[in-house]
Amino acid sequence: MSEETKALESMIGEEYKYGFTTDVEYEDFPKGLNEEIIKELSQRKEEPEWMLEFRLKSYRAWKEMEEPEWFNATYKKPDFENLLYYSAPKKRPTLDSLDEVDPNIRETYEKLGIPLEEQKMLAGVAVDAVFDSVSIFTSFKEKLAEAGVIFCSMSEAIKEHPELVKKYIGSVVPARDNFYAALNSAVFSDGSFCYIPKNTKCPMELSTYFRINNMESGQFERTLIVAEEGASVSYLEGCTAPMYDENQLHAAVVELVALDRADIKYSTIQNWYSGDEEGKGGIYNFVTKRGICKGAHSKISWTQLETGSAVTLKYPSVILQGDHSIGEFYSVAVTTKKQQADTGTKMIHLGKNTRSTIISKGISAGESNNSYRGEVKIGKKATGSKNYSVCDSMLIGQTCGAHTFPYISSENASSSVEHEATTSRVGEEQIFYLMQRGISEQDAISMIINGFVKDVLKELPLEFAVEANKLLDIKLEGSVG
Amino acid sequence: MLEIKNLHAVVEGEELEILKGVNLTVNKGEIHAIMGPNGSGKSTLSKVVSGHPEYEVTEGSILFEGEDITEMDADERAHLGLFLAFQYPVEVPGITNKTLLREAYNTIARANEREELDPLEFEDYLVSKLDVIEMKDEFLNRSINTGFSGGEKKKNEIFQMAVLNPRLSFLDETDSGLDIDALKIVSDGVNKIANQDNAIVMITHYQRLLNYIKPDFVHVMMNGKIVKSGDISLAEELEANGYDQMQKELA
Ligand SMILES: Nc1ncnc2c1ncn2[C@@H]1O[C@H](COP(=O)(O)OP(=O)(O)OP(=O)(O)O)[C@@H](O)[C@H]1O
Ligand SMILES: [Mg+2]
Repeated sequence: MSEETKALESMIGEEYKYGFTTDVEYEDFPKGLNEEIIKELSQRKEEPEWMLEFRLKSYRAWKEMEEPEWFNATYKKPDFENLLYYSAPKKRPTLDSLDEVDPNIRETYEKLGIPLEEQKMLAGVAVDAVFDSVSIFTSFKEKLAEAGVIFCSMSEAIKEHPELVKKYIGSVVPARDNFYAALNSAVFSDGSFCYIPKNTKCPMELSTYFRINNMESGQFERTLIVAEEGASVSYLEGCTAPMYDENQLHAAVVELVALDRADIKYSTIQNWYSGDEEGKGGIYNFVTKRGICKGAHSKISWTQLETGSAVTLKYPSVILQGDHSIGEFYSVAVTTKKQQADTGTKMIHLGKNTRSTIISKGISAGESNNSYRGEVKIGKKATGSKNYSVCDSMLIGQTCGAHTFPYISSENASSSVEHEATTSRVGEEQIFYLMQRGISEQDAISMIINGFVKDVLKELPLEFAVEANKLLDIKLEGSVG
Repeated sequence: MLEIKNLHAVVEGEELEILKGVNLTVNKGEIHAIMGPNGSGKSTLSKVVSGHPEYEVTEGSILFEGEDITEMDADERAHLGLFLAFQYPVEVPGITNKTLLREAYNTIARANEREELDPLEFEDYLVSKLDVIEMKDEFLNRSINTGFSGGEKKKNEIFQMAVLNPRLSFLDETDSGLDIDALKIVSDGVNKIANQDNAIVMITHYQRLLNYIKPDFVHVMMNGKIVKSGDISLAEELEANGYDQMQKELA
């Protein structure tokens, strides 16, 4: 391996900074998975009967399903009987008062760069902090309430806004959708709920920060965002976990509903622990994310920066049901060491004149494997619809892999689908060229990677673009054209 | 300014020598031309001098302004004022010419404790250099060499030279691929850049270029060595008789 490649690898495979653990006293909860456990879980969360029914039905569906194997990744399957499905710190705030949060947990968020005190936060960003199975704290609730926006933990939403949750939960991702969605529907612990009323532009960025701390627990969070007619919201999720030698399972479900003219922008900065050099440990990130553009002229946009996890299987999708609706998917997936990522999107065009754009950038280094899988489906009634896909891969070194699996089907002749794909290797010649012009090796590498991903990162909300860049260790300075 | 002494070089990790004892001295204010058959080591020489990591110097040394730069990284050599116009300019998608040049210009300025230019000042400076080779300003905002035609790439190299204003430039077959008009424009540009304080080493296969940019010295490189040096009449001799004849005479 040349010096350049080494530098490049060390830069991308930079040591994981969030691998510490927090000393927390947890509530006792039995391990394993059966109907009794689910009842216990539901009871602990003081849920209404309908919620328990939803869980039990999902559990029964899950029991009938097979764990999927069709993706381009190999790993040791999780032992579902040996997982902990509920992991809640003993000490929890009852009134959303920060004083009641376990100081160790507060310190954890502090260390992660997400101080929970409102005055310390980024102005204009409300945060829901989820620690293992429960939401610890949600900030700026009152301020949001003034605008009629509901932003709270899913547990709270089930109690306080049952009619909304009941109406929409499982409406985009039904429990039977897939193996992990069914499991999540049975045992989901917490997550965020956002509701933006009619003709309201959410006054702040909403964000949820997920932290897995407990080694034995799985994390199954559930997020639901509903934007009523003419509403708009930008939401961001961030995630980290400690370094353990054992793999941990994270199987989330995210559902987005956009009614007429509503606009939802969902961004993810995923930085779960990815395992060590030998591929030991790390998170299994098996997530179902789907949005439905229910109303005419609505828009859903997914932007993701995926850098972590040992194995990622994730396909944020949009169902374009409303006429003139728009779906977007912007993704940067970086894999190093022995990471495996199989990620992409689905754009299902049902309404007339619907549009979708897919821009996917994969960067693979080390012995990692990075696959893009994208499905574009144009239904019979989707006249005048258009899709445009670009899918670029960049390889660093000789031992990694990049794969592209486009699935395109169109039942409507008046619609068009355009797909472009490229694969390039970060050339030592490119690095030499820039260095010959006086630019240092590190800067040359940053510039090349930054140039590769900038079309995607510019889609992130400004507040988070900085974090994203830090994460990629890319110096934007001086290279913004 | 540049003193190359008994330079031997191999491809990193391999045995076979490509440069087999090159000697070359370039003083400021001079223009040199290196000619030689395909595969004789001309490009390799220019890359070894500018610090390409693919090659390893096994013997000899390179002095620049009296300083031994044989082991220096490529970027540090560039900071000293060394420039290479590539025979095959590299495409770097996603980074615009302007971004590259601003970053390069300011990095070099910083290294030499000169004042950096802010984006607006730099813009003016950059635009002022477009005229040197009649470059269209749309090239500034395009990704480096990406999708450029062969001739446009070569022009772009000289444009970069004009902007960075190096002390010593290696121009590796800059004339190859330029049309008749472009050759004249680019040559005029190089002549404008050349002055009493800098120096130029041109690598070329054609005497035609030397009619536009008059060299003070012409060297012939064969099989990893400079085998003959002289003035422009050497190029004329080559044009008339070819390398084969010269090889025989030398033997
Ligand atoms: N990285 C490399 N690996 C293997 N061989 C190399 C490498 N670089 C140069 N060579 C060999 O060294 C010799 C000199 O190459 P070089 O490119 O310097 O020739 P040149 O004189 O510039 O030729 P031309 O006039 O065709 O441009 C050639 O035989 C070439 O194949
Ligand atoms: Mg050559």
